[in-house]
Parts: sequence; structure tokens; C-alpha cells
Amino acid sequence: MNKITGSEVIVQCLLEEGVTTIFGFPGGAVIDLYDTLMDSKVHHVLVRHEQGAVHAADGLARVTGDVGVALLTSGPGATNGVTAIATAYMDSIPMVILTGQVPTPLIGNDAFQEVDIVGITRPCTKHNYLVNKAEDLLPTLREAFHIARTGRPGPVLVDLPKDVVASMIEFTEKKPIRMQNYQPTYEPHLGQVEKACKAILKAKQPVLYVGGGVILSNSNEELTVLAKNLNIPVTMTLMGLGGFPGRDSLSMGMLGMHGSYTSNMAVAKSDLLIAVGARFDDRVTGRVDAFAPHAKIIHIDIDPTSISKNVTVDIPIVADCKHALAAMNKWFSTSGENLQSIGDTHNAWIETINEWTKKHPMTYHDEGETIKPQFVIEKLDELTNGDAIITTEVGQNQMWAAQFYKFNRPRHLVTSGGLGTMGFGLPAAIGAKMAFPEATVIDVAGDGSIQMNIQELSTAKQYGCPVIVCILNNNYLGMVRQWQELFYDKRYASTVMEVTPDFVALAEAYGAVGFRCDKTSEVKETIRKALEAVKENTVILDFRISREEGVFPMVPAGKATTEMLLV
Amino acid sequence: MKHTLSVLLQNKPGVLSRVTGLFSGRGFNIESLSVAETLDSSLSCLTLVTSGNEAIVEQITKQLHKLIDVIKVTDISESEYVEREMALIRVKAENTTRAEVLRIIDIFRGKVVDVSPKAYAVEVTGTATKIQAIIDILRPIGIKEIVRTGTIAMARAPKK
Repeated sequence: MNKITGSEVIVQCLLEEGVTTIFGFPGGAVIDLYDTLMDSKVHHVLVRHEQGAVHAADGLARVTGDVGVALLTSGPGATNGVTAIATAYMDSIPMVILTGQVPTPLIGNDAFQEVDIVGITRPCTKHNYLVNKAEDLLPTLREAFHIARTGRPGPVLVDLPKDVVASMIEFTEKKPIRMQNYQPTYEPHLGQVEKACKAILKAKQPVLYVGGGVILSNSNEELTVLAKNLNIPVTMTLMGLGGFPGRDSLSMGMLGMHGSYTSNMAVAKSDLLIAVGARFDDRVTGRVDAFAPHAKIIHIDIDPTSISKNVTVDIPIVADCKHALAAMNKWFSTSGENLQSIGDTHNAWIETINEWTKKHPMTYHDEGETIKPQFVIEKLDELTNGDAIITTEVGQNQMWAAQFYKFNRPRHLVTSGGLGTMGFGLPAAIGAKMAFPEATVIDVAGDGSIQMNIQELSTAKQYGCPVIVCILNNNYLGMVRQWQELFYDKRYASTVMEVTPDFVALAEAYGAVGFRCDKTSEVKETIRKALEAVKENTVILDFRISREEGVFPMVPAGKATTEMLLV
Repeated sequence: MKHTLSVLLQNKPGVLSRVTGLFSGRGFNIESLSVAETLDSSLSCLTLVTSGNEAIVEQITKQLHKLIDVIKVTDISESEYVEREMALIRVKAENTTRAEVLRIIDIFRGKVVDVSPKAYAVEVTGTATKIQAIIDILRPIGIKEIVRTGTIAMARAPKK
């Protein structure tokens, strides 16, 4: 038998799984693996902080749908990755995180750079492993990829003791993985599909409530067919944006705490809510008992735990969204019903919805030459035709991007939805750009968030991975400041950024290009310059925006989603 | 409402911690928990008593099932089942009370498993209610120490 080292097994396994780019940071426990990687076909991207490695792999996974891979060393390397692992877990992103570990005889001895990362990440991974024996290495890695990408996807961590990685192992052929204890349900129960379809036929005011599951399962086409055939308006969660074309007349934009007036009103008045790959998060429902009070609820989700977790569901369908939507479309097309005339019965409902939009559109007050952040996003949307990959940081910048950029296609909004991790956007943008070098990638940032992982500008420079960082600079931690303004008597406790770097000079220090803009009339030209310059180099845009601009509509915490504060 | 769940899981290090971590992380309640290997030594059976309304127990069952190392989850309290718990109770047994203690033990079909000049250690087996009953009766005499296994349970075989 031909045996190879554990490091070679890992690299071969990565190639076998179709992984060509990984992100990481070396250290003593993974030095063997780095030595092997140096001559391999796997492209390793050296980040500047382990959190950046995991976010970058996450960004790559979100735009491609492939499994993102990060490689971290033991101890602090692994713990630095935890925030980013939790980020991926909350948003169900397929990832494999490889961490070095001290040699097995030292485990439990408080060895140098030893930490129980399997214990630490148990609640924030889909599954995790400590590889104790050399012969377990290959099957564990294969199982890790299988678990990460199937069912409801998620991050899987594999902890690799140094002696296991150094041992000699036989590379056996890959066989289909069958796990007695893990068999996600992809196909819907046809009886449930029929029940759902019949409920849709009866509905007068239906709403499609679309979440990240539609993006993860690549079912945007099936969804669009369903919505169009039956003339059903669509609202999306933050994670669902792009699942249905944002410029389509049936799109109501986002719902929830910072959703559109139309979306929240439509859900509140609807008689049938069709939830597809969404999880009734508190940022979506507001006060739970006032959420969709008149609606029967259909819920399609691959994860049974999502169903009836927060809101009781009338017709559950446990299945992959793509399979379930396809089955529903098939049921309708073979039902003999005249879909056109059924769709027409929703015209009055659509009329009502359009009235709401007319009354309270997504808007903001013009302040002349003082730049409005929403205006910046509108111009980004206009100048990129809604086709750029937008990553975001977290806070007001994220919400403005979600509200005012009209995503045409899925996998174009890359944002930390569930965990709300500041510092996500820049490394994620690098991961996205690595995956699609031809794409325009823009990180919509705030002056607070961007400083959390700004060191990754070096990574972008080193790997010729130019992205635009569009900072909406208000010299505040804006979202918390907004809450303080509204609910804490304007007591701005620790939200004023009294010292902020000169972002243009900072860009230059990192070998990037920086442009500052403080007039509305110059916004468009500045973005144009950036779109030109980014062909060569990373660009930082420092937009000095109206300092105390808020994100509206806003549903105050604990209120019903119809109790919105409007512009 | 009390529910007794029987959970079949991989007999591997860390699996129990996944189960207990799930309960603490999601704020579910564990009243008792008992686990040991099954006939197949690669699997363990865990009996867990929890409480909550239907929605919570359904969520607990689904969340347990979502753990990769969990193979099967049954709410055995949904149908006919037998449950047993064992307790070791060290109770004061002095000249004036010794006879009384022995009578009580006899009524509960317990056994004396350790004797010292001033105390008996008693082994008693039964449902959680029965164990509670003997504890309540022995308490006035003076219980010095108590160790309980937690409930284990098994569904009754079909009658036909």
C-alpha cells in the first residue's frame, strides 16, 4: 500500500472536494500542512487576522454556493476564528474550518497554544470533530464536507492534532457517504404540497415571504415562476434579498424591523403567508402575536427545527426549497386550473399594495449638498445596474444597502444577517472577489465597522484582489446612536467616534486608492472614479454623510411590525 | 407536563456534551438524565426527563434529532412505558428507630446494602414517584445522604 503523509491526505482531499482557494494563517501546529500546501494546486490566501480568513472563506461560499475552507493554527488562531464561524453558522453557510491542534499525547495538558476548540465551537458549528487517530483523518474530512454542503448547510470544524497530520496514511478511494444518523429530507411530502397549493388557490391576499433558504438552495427561478404564474407579491428577509428580482413589480423589498412600509403592511393584512426558506426571526416578526395575525401560514424549510419554532405553522413542508417549489409549480401546471384567472383575482390585493407604496415609498429627506447615505446607495445601484456583488458591514450601512440597492440576482448580497458581525464586509468582499475576479465587488461600510477588520486591505493588495470599500462616514456608531436618539434621550453613550483615521491617507498607506466626498453633487462622479480605479487597485471611498441620519422605516423593539416609525 | 425521552446516540466522546449543551444553550429543562451503552457497544441509550408544553417538547425532540450523533429520539411517555429509578439512601438507624426503618424498607421492597452502628444504607428501586414516597417517609427519621440514578425507561412491547 502506498502511504502518504496526513498533510498530503488533507491537500488531496481538498482537491477531491473541488476546493481551489483556501484562506488561512500559519502557526506551529499547522506548519507541516503549510509546507505541503506550498507545492500544491490549492491556492492559499494569507490573511492578516484569522477572523478575516473565515469571513473570506464565508464570502467565497456565499457567492459561489461551494464549501468555503479556512485553515487556522491551534489556540489563539482557532479562537480568533470563532466569531466568524458563528457568523457562518447563523446564516447557514457551507464551510469547513481546519484547525491545528497540539499532538494527541499533549491534549489536555495545557500545552502551548492548546485550546479545546471542539468544545468551544460545539454550539456554533453544524458539527465538529477532533481527529484522534490517523486512520480517521480521511473519512472525517470527507464526512465534514458532506455535512457542510448537504441539508441545511453550515460550518463544520475539523481539529487536526499535529502528530495525526504528520503520520503516514493510505489514501483510499472515495465512496458515497451514507450516514445512519444524518439524512436530510430533500423531497417534499406530496400530500402537504397539495394542501399548500389548494390553500394558495383559495387565498385572496397571499404574500410570499422569502428567506436565505431560497438563495442557499438555488431556487430563485422556481420561486419566480410561482410568484409570476399566480401573481403573488414577494417580500424578502435580509438573507433572502436577490432571491426574487428587486426591480420586479411584484417585489415589495425587505420586511421586518427596517423593512418597507408596504412589506410590513402586506404581511399584516395577508390571508396566506407562504414562507420559503425563512425562519421567522425576531427582526422579521416584531411582536410575535401581532405577526401576520389574519394569515394561514405555509412554511417550506429543510430544517424541521425551524418549523413552528417561533410562529405556529398551518401547513409545514419539510424539504429543500427547490424541490418543494418545483413540486408546487408542477401541481399548478397539471391541476387544470386557469392560473391566469387565479392570478387576476389578486389584482385588487396588488392594487392595495401599490397604494401603500405610493403613500409611503422607501425614501429620505433631501438635505441639499449634505450627502444622504441612501442617495449614495441609490447611485451605487444606478451605476452598477444592480449587478454588483455588495458585501456589507453591520449597522446602518447594512440596512441602507439592503433598502436602497435593488438586487437583481441571488448571491449578490453578502451580509452577516443572523449574527450581525461588524468587520464582516471587507474580508467577505475579498473572498467574493477571489471567486469572481471579473465582478465588481463593493463593501458598503460604516466608519465604525470597517475598523474591525481593516487590516485585510493588505490581503487585498498582496493578492491583487481589488474591491471598493464604500464608507458611509458619520463619525458615529450609527445604529446604536439611532436607538439612543429614539429611546435613550439622545444620550450618546460611547457611540461618538471621537478619533477616526483619515481614510484616504489610510488607503494610501495600504497601497490602495482613497477618495473623499462631502458634497451630494459629487457623489456620482466619485463612484464613477471608483468603478474605474478598482479595475487596478482597491479603492476606499470616504463619504461624509449627514451625521444623524437614521434608518427608516423602523419597528421599535417589541412592537408589532405595523407600528413603524416612518421618515 | 413531564416527558420522558429515550435518545439513541453514538457512543463517542463529546456526544453527551452536545446533548447537555443543547439543553443549556436553548434554555430547555433537564429533570434527570441517565446514560449507558446499549447491546451494541457503539451506541448509547440516554433517558432524559424534561418538562414543558407540547410546543417546547416538540422543539426539544427536533433539536435533539438535528445533532449529527443522535440516531433516534422517542418520546416514550406518549404511549405505554415502564420506568425505573434506583436510589441509595443513608438513613439514621439508632436503637429507637432501627425497627421502624426496616419496616419501611420492607414495605417499599428495599434492601439494606450497608450497615453502620448509627445508619443503614438502603437500596430502593421503582418509579420516580415511589422513590419520592420512601424519601418522604424516611425524612422525619433522618436521611443523611441520598444518591439517585435518574429515571431509565422503556416502551412496553405491543400487546399482540
